[in-house]
Amino acid sequence: MTIAKEKKYREPVESKASPRSRGSKIFGYTSLTILVFITLFPIYWMLRTALSTSKTLFSDPLSLLPVHFTWGGFGRVLGLLSPDAALAEGGSGASINFFQFFGNSMIVSTVTTLSQVFFSAAAAYAFSILKFRGRDKLFFLFLIAMTVPGIFLVLPNFLLIRDLGLLNTLLGIMLPGLLMSPFAIFFLRQFFLGTNLSIIEAARIDGASHFRIFRQIVVPLAWPQIVTLFILQFIFYWNDYLWPFYVGNGAPESTVLTVGLGIFKSQTPQGSPDWSGLMAGALIAALPMILLMIVAGKKIVGSIQSSGVK
Amino acid sequence: MAKNALAKKPARRSDFLTAIPFMLPALIGLSIFVLIPGIRGVYLAFTSYDVFTDPVFIGFDNFVKMFQDPLFWNALAVTSEYVVLNIGIQTVVSLFIAVLLHRFTRSTLVRGIVLMPYLISNVIVALVWYWLLDYNLGLVNSVIDFLGLPKFTFFDDVTAMPTIALINVWRHMGYTSLLIFAGLQAIPEDVYAAAAVDGAGEWRTFRSITLPLLRPVMAFVLVITITGSFQIFDTVAVTTNGGPVNATRVFSLWIASKAWGDFNFGYASAISVFLMVLLSLVAFAQTKLLKAGESDLER
Repeated sequence: MTIAKEKKYREPVESKASPRSRGSKIFGYTSLTILVFITLFPIYWMLRTALSTSKTLFSDPLSLLPVHFTWGGFGRVLGLLSPDAALAEGGSGASINFFQFFGNSMIVSTVTTLSQVFFSAAAAYAFSILKFRGRDKLFFLFLIAMTVPGIFLVLPNFLLIRDLGLLNTLLGIMLPGLLMSPFAIFFLRQFFLGTNLSIIEAARIDGASHFRIFRQIVVPLAWPQIVTLFILQFIFYWNDYLWPFYVGNGAPESTVLTVGLGIFKSQTPQGSPDWSGLMAGALIAALPMILLMIVAGKKIVGSIQSSGVK
Repeated sequence: MAKNALAKKPARRSDFLTAIPFMLPALIGLSIFVLIPGIRGVYLAFTSYDVFTDPVFIGFDNFVKMFQDPLFWNALAVTSEYVVLNIGIQTVVSLFIAVLLHRFTRSTLVRGIVLMPYLISNVIVALVWYWLLDYNLGLVNSVIDFLGLPKFTFFDDVTAMPTIALINVWRHMGYTSLLIFAGLQAIPEDVYAAAAVDGAGEWRTFRSITLPLLRPVMAFVLVITITGSFQIFDTVAVTTNGGPVNATRVFSLWIASKAWGDFNFGYASAISVFLMVLLSLVAFAQTKLLKAGESDLER
């Protein structure tokens, strides 16, 4: 709130769009407070549950603080406790290879995103800076591909990965996204189209090849957008569930974190999940995204906003 | 040819040979993982295919069977229920949040907080809310119980679909409101100044100025959110997994259970072809109805 007021003070121009009456001010700031609360509270509740002892959760369900504070939830989900100790703590006795799943998610998200953004940038260059017959028709294919629903392609792509013998491998999970995504090409092409053509012409006259122009002019100029795309795609692959579930859930070497958490939840011999362990796992899984938000929040907010306005 | 190249400006020269290495990887990716699978998916819809033996062509049998299948009508009903609730509530809430953000704060911090749930995966969001809404130990029912009211079952055959729709409103409202917020920022300030001079109140300004000028952005937002909403999978898979009985067996979940549960890839493909056609029709109708891309600002 204070930030908002400071800003408004510095930019009096904005006062035209700002509320006039006292009543609407009270209404507005109350609504904003409720909104922030509704958004943050469930995330706090994850932490509160994760630090509680599973067995005693029921004794004080309304307590805002952890019930019988313990690191046990984290210990269980990370596999740091022996099964007996985990059971004594109120765990389900189930464990997952958390570190391995976390690593798998990191590999899948990082490799897919880096490779995809690189090749998509190259294609976007061909579809924006270079000129040849049929260029826009080829690009139109990618636009059509963007409208095809994911579930429709999951079935035949699963069969393809199976035919290639890549089920239950990380490569099988990553393969469809390594060379391009229609969205990435579409996104970058828009920015490349805005490149000042006279710079490119000048570089051509000086004898620079298109590879050099791509690497030393177009990509550096669009670097903020490329970073934005990298962040957006990383979030997407980190959170993806359906595809890595069917392609990779058969072996720990190819199970990503989202899939692993689903497995952990369904391991409930006593009928009720190990809530503390589950929330501890969920929290660690969300941690990279929360950190990303703290480090690059401004950038992410800006990129989401710019992704909507064409 | 050579004469032409000399006579014209360098820009008119064809860069086709140079373009090949630039676009080849992406074209290979598109062909292998979109175009060919797309054709294969349509072909499989006309076959009987159990994954282990070769597909057998059976014409329109899968589609005939589908339209007679009570589970198909169930999937259509529950998916529609989800989409209507999810999109209806989400659009109104997001619009409200966007206007709030626009008129009461310019803080990036607040926008960052509001966006937070979108960065957390569907799976985690589903788990957190499944826990908050748990009948025995969940916080929400504990509060209800504390207030002396009867506990509420959030995941029974009537309530599960609305509950899941609301969970996803929570995850997406920040993201959607940021898209709308960007549209609000594009509306010129002097329009509001003029309205203020004319003595228009808050509500009047919103209804007569903000909303009409926001139409292209709303059209864009609705097209992407509705298309996504029809494909709901993660949240249902993690919470109710289609149940109780079939109360939340939405299209994606039903397709997955046909394919990987019954190993009936032909039938599953037919359903996914139907879903694709349905989504294209919805998107087409929307762009027509909302006249997307046409702004009242230009009139």
